Amino acid sequence: MGEVDTKGVVLLDFWVSPFGQRCRIALAEKGVEYEYREEENLLGDKSPLLLESNPVHKKVPVLIHDGKAVCESLIIVQYIDESWPHRAPLLPADPYARAHARFWADFIDKKIYECGTRLWKLKGEGHSAAKEEFTGILKLLEGELGDKKYFAGDAFGFVDVALVPFVCWFYSFETYAGFSIEELAPKLVAWGKRCMERESVAKTLSDPHKVFEFVGVLKKRFGVE
Amino acid sequence: MAEEVKVFRSWGSPFSYRVELALRLKGVAYEYIEEDLSNKSTLLLEYNPVHKKVPVLLHHGKPIAESLVILEYIEETWQENPILPKDPRERAVARFWSRFLDDKCSLALWMSCWTEGETQQNFMEQAKECLHLLEEELKGKKFFGGDSIGMVDIAASFIAHWLGVLEEVAGISLLDEEKYPNLCKWTEEFLKSDAVMECLPKRANLLAFFQARKHAISATKASV
Repeated sequence: MGEVDTKGVVLLDFWVSPFGQRCRIALAEKGVEYEYREEENLLGDKSPLLLESNPVHKKVPVLIHDGKAVCESLIIVQYIDESWPHRAPLLPADPYARAHARFWADFIDKKIYECGTRLWKLKGEGHSAAKEEFTGILKLLEGELGDKKYFAGDAFGFVDVALVPFVCWFYSFETYAGFSIEELAPKLVAWGKRCMERESVAKTLSDPHKVFEFVGVLKKRFGVE
Repeated sequence: MAEEVKVFRSWGSPFSYRVELALRLKGVAYEYIEEDLSNKSTLLLEYNPVHKKVPVLLHHGKPIAESLVILEYIEETWQENPILPKDPRERAVARFWSRFLDDKCSLALWMSCWTEGETQQNFMEQAKECLHLLEEELKGKKFFGGDSIGMVDIAASFIAHWLGVLEEVAGISLLDEEKYPNLCKWTEEFLKSDAVMECLPKRANLLAFFQARKHAISATKASV
C-alpha cells in the first residue's frame, strides 16, 4: 500500500460504492474530519493518486492518513476503529464477540455484491441460481439478526457498517431478481430503516433510484440486455 | 482448569494448518479432530452451518470459523508471541496481505496447477504477478512479520510447503529461485521453525494425495 503526499485524512471513493460508504459511515460515527475525493472516472482512466496509493488492486475506497494509504473497505473500517478508539467503538471488547462480528462481515463481503451482480448480469439458469442463492443469503442474515436492534445487540457496529450500504441496492436487487426483500427478510428491512435514522447512514447512502440508474449504466458497459 | 481448545481440521488443508501453527507459536495446547471432507461430521456441520468447512476452532465450547477470523481471535486471546503488530497502520498492512493471499494468490496458484492450455497460461500469469508482489513486500525482511513469524507468514504457509508439491504434480514451475530469491529465502527460514515443522503434513503424503487426485481427474476425462 502506497505512501503519497497528502495531509490529514483523505478518502478516495466513488459516490455509489457501497464499500466506500462503509468507510464514510465509520468516519462519521467517529466524528473524524476528512477530505472526500471522488474518483471521477472510475470506469475509465484511474487517477494517479489512486494508482499510487493502491497499486495492487487499483480500487476505491482508499483511506490516506497523513500520506499513508490503507486499502480494502473492511480493513479501513477496522483501522478507523483502532485509530479513533474513544468514540463509538465499532467492534465489541470481547474476543469471541469480535470474532463473531468479523465472521459475519466477511460473509457479507464475500457474498452480497458478487451474488447481487449476477442478478442483473445473467439470464436463464444463471439468473435462477443467483436468485436462489441471494434468497439463501437474505434468510441467513435475517436469522442472524433475529429480534436484535443491530447485529451485535444494542450498539451499532461492524456488521451493521458492513451491510447497511447495500440497503440502497435492495430496490435494484429486487427489481432484477423479481422478489420482494421485505417479504423474504422483514426484520432485515426494518433494521435497514432503523439504521437510516442514524445521521451517519442517512447522509451517506445513495438514493435507491440513482443506484438503479447506475446499474443500468453498468449493464450497458457489460453489454447486458 | 485446563483451557478447552479443539481444532476441527483436515490433515492436508493449508487453512486448518494456519490455525494449528498459530496455536503452537503461542504455546497453546489443543486437541484436534480430524475431518473426512467427503463425509463431514455432524459436529462440524453444527459448528459451521454457514460454510460447512474446516477449520473450526472450539474454545470453551464456542465455535469460530474462517481461518483469518480464527487467527485474529487467537491473537486477541493468547498474548505470547504476537502475530500482529500493535500499530494500527501496520496491522492494516498485515491484514491487507493476508487477504491478498486468500482472495487472489491462493486461487491463482491452485488453478495454475489444475488447469491446462490457455486457461492454465492465464492463471500462471496471475500467479506470477502475485508472487512478484509478495517478493517486493518481503524486501529487507526475514519474515513478512519482520523478525518473527506473523499473520501474513502464517497465511502464506501454502507457498512454503503445498506449492512445491502441486508444481511437481502439475509438472510446472512457478516459484523460480532466480525470479523470487526473497520468497525462496523466506521459505527456508519459515521451515526452520519448530512450530512450523511440528504440524506440517508430510510432503510424501501430500504428493501421493494430489497425484491420486490428478489420476482420478485424468481417468474421468479419458472415459468421457
